[in-house]
Amino acid sequence: MTKKMNKIYIYTRYERSWHWLQVVLIAILLVTGLEVHGSFCLMGFEQAVIVHNFVGITWLIAFTFFIFWLFTTGEWKQYIPTTKKILSVARYYGYGIFKGEPHPVPKRKDAKHNPLQRLAYLGVAALLLPSQMITGVLYWTYNSWAEWGLDFLTLGMVAMAHTAIAFGILIFVVIHIYMTTTGHTIFAHTKGMITGWEEIEEGTFIAEWEQKTK
Amino acid sequence: MKFRAYKYIFIQSIALCLAFVLFLSGPSAEENEKAPGRKMADQATKGVKHWSTTDHSKFAVLDKEFESGTEITEACLSCHTEAEEQFHKTIHWTWLSPYDDGNTLGKAGYSINNFCVSANKMNDKECSHCHVGWNGKEDGINCLLCHSQKDIKWREEFDDYKFFLEMGDTEIAGDIQKKIQAGAKDIGLPGRKNCGNCHFYGGGGEAVKHGDLDASLIKPKSTLDVHMGIDGQNFTCTRCHTTSFHKIAGRVYSTPAVTHRKSLVESDLVPKIMCESCHTAAPHKDDHKANDHTDKVACQSCHIPQFARAHATMMWWDWSTAGKLKDGKPYREKGEWDRPTYKSIKGTFTWDKDVTPEYFWYNGSLSTVTAKDVIDPTQPVWISRPTGNRDDGNSRIFPFKVHRGNTPYDKVNNTMLAMLESEEVDGFWKTFDWQDSFKKGMALIDMPYSGEYGFVKTNYVYPTTHMVAPKDTVVECIECHVGNNSRLASLTEFYMPGRDNFKWLDKGGWMIILAALGGITLHAIGRFFAGITRRKEN
Repeated sequence: MTKKMNKIYIYTRYERSWHWLQVVLIAILLVTGLEVHGSFCLMGFEQAVIVHNFVGITWLIAFTFFIFWLFTTGEWKQYIPTTKKILSVARYYGYGIFKGEPHPVPKRKDAKHNPLQRLAYLGVAALLLPSQMITGVLYWTYNSWAEWGLDFLTLGMVAMAHTAIAFGILIFVVIHIYMTTTGHTIFAHTKGMITGWEEIEEGTFIAEWEQKTK
Repeated sequence: MKFRAYKYIFIQSIALCLAFVLFLSGPSAEENEKAPGRKMADQATKGVKHWSTTDHSKFAVLDKEFESGTEITEACLSCHTEAEEQFHKTIHWTWLSPYDDGNTLGKAGYSINNFCVSANKMNDKECSHCHVGWNGKEDGINCLLCHSQKDIKWREEFDDYKFFLEMGDTEIAGDIQKKIQAGAKDIGLPGRKNCGNCHFYGGGGEAVKHGDLDASLIKPKSTLDVHMGIDGQNFTCTRCHTTSFHKIAGRVYSTPAVTHRKSLVESDLVPKIMCESCHTAAPHKDDHKANDHTDKVACQSCHIPQFARAHATMMWWDWSTAGKLKDGKPYREKGEWDRPTYKSIKGTFTWDKDVTPEYFWYNGSLSTVTAKDVIDPTQPVWISRPTGNRDDGNSRIFPFKVHRGNTPYDKVNNTMLAMLESEEVDGFWKTFDWQDSFKKGMALIDMPYSGEYGFVKTNYVYPTTHMVAPKDTVVECIECHVGNNSRLASLTEFYMPGRDNFKWLDKGGWMIILAALGGITLHAIGRFFAGITRRKEN
């Protein structure tokens, strides 16, 4: 357990601010959304609606910047799904982690996501979040549906989809937060996301295919 | 580098919090500014002071002794040549709906309610004193009921005048005559008392029928009625119930007050009977969610949070208990608010104050059951009921007072029963004989009576539209958008955020989250103990 740790810079300043901004936005959206849904009473229905709408639109705008960043920097390639080593990553979290084995796919600047993360983040960033934004915008523009020829929709349908996806996001959040504790210390990954620097065991090999092709 | 990164995050989170706080405090900064709907209404009601070129006290034709009411009316009509013809066409005179050719709808037709049931031909002077004539439809219209600015009981004064004249007491008769003359010369547009003398006392007493109309509206504070408050807008009834050719705007039985929602901006000749006439269809501040509600929710639903805010109103009238006597004599019992809870002549009542309305889809029309209609006694009979539904573009959710009753009906013919009640004509209130009063009552309106009567549960609705409350007491979002005890709990045909959810989705969602938490906990415990074991081995 006394291997030398090397610090490597993985998360850029924009990436980190975007991540934590999104943490705040999604937290507020989940809390106010569940309140509007009637799950509990915190700030009152009216206030919850106002905050939810405002933060939702903020998120939408911020997300377009994220997409811009993703494609201008080429970081999108880090989200390309792969099945390579996916079983060994799964085996690691299900077995190896208890044995103190090293992670089969360690992080690197050009390979910040392991295959399981690639799949999960692609699902979240490309499916879950955009569909939540689309259903959210639809919900928000309910009064204009007739004008736009969307009156085949019912509020119940949109609300159902929006709620279902919200549960999906909440489930992701729960697991995601737990996974951050699986580094070499409990807060190692959290620290990495704050400073940008992750500590990696020296001498770790990162395969060619894992690297973002320049 | 490390320090700079922390600094950056710190500055960013401060900026974010600031932006958020600024946003939340934004609306309150402009709170004092008037909403568009209030600005429009203020504009529409400028120059409220009425002016006239006529002073009735200077008319020679009114400067005489009047032996009868008809003489006064003749004097009025000598100048107002078209008034009688106009007035004879209105429901205030005919007591029949002008929109119903069959002469069925109306107090003088077969309309009934679950109070005293039927007014038509029941020979009750107390009941018919609200008719705008000197003697039913016989001796001409009584212009003074609506236009005299003196609060005088005209028929009683003339009865007294004749009585004292016959007795030879010319002094008292002279005093009464002076009072009559003063009343006939003090003429103006109808004031609140003119309308209120009948409309505040519907059902034979103050606030019996209407939960939103009672004598407190003669001098209300703005907190009771923002429009009529004497410390505020100080509107008279006719400020909104605009009139043309003596026809006063308002709903008439099944006929809506207006069929098209229009503001004065769209047409300056629409009656000002709707909130929207002055306040427009988007009266709230920009981006306020309430503006998105006005297509489906009537203004009254939020802006009249409770009815009967000044006086208790009758909520339940059970005729079936009527007729009990103590020592062979009729009696009465009083309850809260000094209101009767039992009268031998009428049965059992309940009253309520500050009542939360019931909500229905409403397009301005009420469907009614008349004395001619066959009823289904196995379920409550809606003697009047709001019509409309969610898919009808003219229907909105509207607040109602529902007066419930246990009301006599014919068990064989399945019709509601008109009963003769008045003491003066040997009705139920004198004889306490059910059979006799039904026989006489039904005969008077020319309807059959089988001889078998029972009591059926009845509902009768009143749209709640007066006594609009100040905006700080408005119904809050959460009073409807809530799962438990939503004001709109009974309107189930649509999805409403906060009130409705999909049980399977909520259950399934939370179950998966619980399962995830459980899995995580097990995983964490496993890691913890595996770690300890590993350290020991090392």
